[in-house]
Amino acid sequence: MAKKFKNKTLAWLDYRLPIFSVLREALVDHPTPRNLNYWWNFGSLAGIILVIMIVSGLLLSMHYVAHVDLAFDSIEHIMRDVNYGWLIRYIHSVGASMFFLIVYIHISRGLYYGSYKSPREVLWWLGIIIFLLMIAAAFLGYTLPWGQMSFWGATVITNLFSAIPLVGDSIVTWLWGGFSVDNPTLNRFYSLHFLIPFVIVAVVFLHIVALHKFGSNNPTGIDLTLKQEKIPFHPYYTIKDFFGFGVFFIIFSIFIFFLPNSLGHPVNYVPADPLVTPEHIVPEWYFLPFYAILRAIPFKLLGVLAMLGSILILFVLPWLDTCKVRSCRFRPIYKQFYWIFIFNFIVLGWVGSKVPEGHYLIISRICTTYYFVHFLIILPILGKFEKTLPVPLNIFKTLKVKKKKT
Amino acid sequence: MAAVGSAFAVWPFIDSMNPSADVLALGVKEFDLSNIEEGSSKTVKWRGKPVFIKHRTKKEINDARKVDLNKLKDPQKDEDRVLKPEWLIVVGVCSHLGCIPLGQKSSDTKGDFNGWFCPCHGSHYDSSGRVRKGPAPRNLLVPKYKFINEKKIKIG
Repeated sequence: MAKKFKNKTLAWLDYRLPIFSVLREALVDHPTPRNLNYWWNFGSLAGIILVIMIVSGLLLSMHYVAHVDLAFDSIEHIMRDVNYGWLIRYIHSVGASMFFLIVYIHISRGLYYGSYKSPREVLWWLGIIIFLLMIAAAFLGYTLPWGQMSFWGATVITNLFSAIPLVGDSIVTWLWGGFSVDNPTLNRFYSLHFLIPFVIVAVVFLHIVALHKFGSNNPTGIDLTLKQEKIPFHPYYTIKDFFGFGVFFIIFSIFIFFLPNSLGHPVNYVPADPLVTPEHIVPEWYFLPFYAILRAIPFKLLGVLAMLGSILILFVLPWLDTCKVRSCRFRPIYKQFYWIFIFNFIVLGWVGSKVPEGHYLIISRICTTYYFVHFLIILPILGKFEKTLPVPLNIFKTLKVKKKKT
Repeated sequence: MAAVGSAFAVWPFIDSMNPSADVLALGVKEFDLSNIEEGSSKTVKWRGKPVFIKHRTKKEINDARKVDLNKLKDPQKDEDRVLKPEWLIVVGVCSHLGCIPLGQKSSDTKGDFNGWFCPCHGSHYDSSGRVRKGPAPRNLLVPKYKFINEKKIKIG
């Protein structure tokens, strides 16, 4: 596809280093399914928020001090004294929530339309790796302001590693660089928090390489064979992605300017005190479903394994789901289970924010069980017995059927 | 061979994240017990963690020693947890997920077993710092310590 460039300098450079033809292939000519709906906007949204996080984070790092005596005050310094410091910090903290919201929708899209199925398994894996890296980055970043929730969140989460038999305690000491969460811990958390986003960028690059190998999945889930079924990425999807950015920036701005602290915890505006535990330790909203799974199980090690397993199970999802048909559109029964699964996940998040006692504990146990039943029992069996609807030969068939109905 | 060599070469990198010499040096500390009255307790900071020093009354000692060991989640005799029966010294970190139990101040709730109560996930400890109820798997840790004289201890 690489056409010669008219500009002689460009052509000279591209002949020796073909970045321009690669970019043109990826962002301009790339043949993309013409039937993508708005759920396909969330990939590019995740990309733009990643860039926003890196830029705002870089600027914050110029004013932040990673020391137990100074960290909390340096955040207040950013909020009060640094020019537009309040704005940059709110962009970064609200941005973390937005990043997770976008990625959760992006993953749900993949689950609904079967985007994880052959031949896109590696693309799916890379996505899960990005998600795991995001979890690490978000956890480390939340520690940096060194408020009460930062400190105790870091204490509780690092203590999870003490569940490992035999070497658990040595590993925790190694992670801390001391005998408790303290200055060495804060320093290394800052260092890793700075590193991980660039690792994410590298994996995103691979994610896109894998995506372009077979192209995007589409709402019908069928392989597109006709030339007319695809349109060039530019201008059709560049304009659609930019429209998505616009809508997203409105929502993002509402949070930044009017509700900047609505997604956080007030207790994190109290400086960290290693001798006083806050009454109720809760992670940020985007970790709540996994926190609920952790606490649903009364044995420490099993709880940790279940929490890890709840994410790692996604790696084998392409083989657990035995159905050949990708999209939920043609799987009437799976579609019901899909929404039950989403509802179950939201309920997990809700109980994750409650004290694990009484009926909250019972609900969290039912939901945790269902989470795993969905993957380990429902999906493999459903693929064998579900009667799927007839799948169209190409996307124009479905479009026509739709038109007749209306 | 190359793999073994690389493994040795990587060790300094890994070990650099372990506690440094100055952190280790802070690991030994002396504390004065003379102003802790019978029936009260004091929290001191050691290795960045709170250490509970409890001057136990006769009743608290007796209660701790009467317990049927078979009923304990982490069976340990009270005699094995103290050097002198009136002084109980434990690290005040819940063995569940590292929160700090309540019970040091006279106004605090001391849980169902007259010791400590962890507010995070509801573990109860008795007057010997042993877990009696809740999700915590182990008793409150007894640090290495010794009496330098009647009223002074060295922890670490």
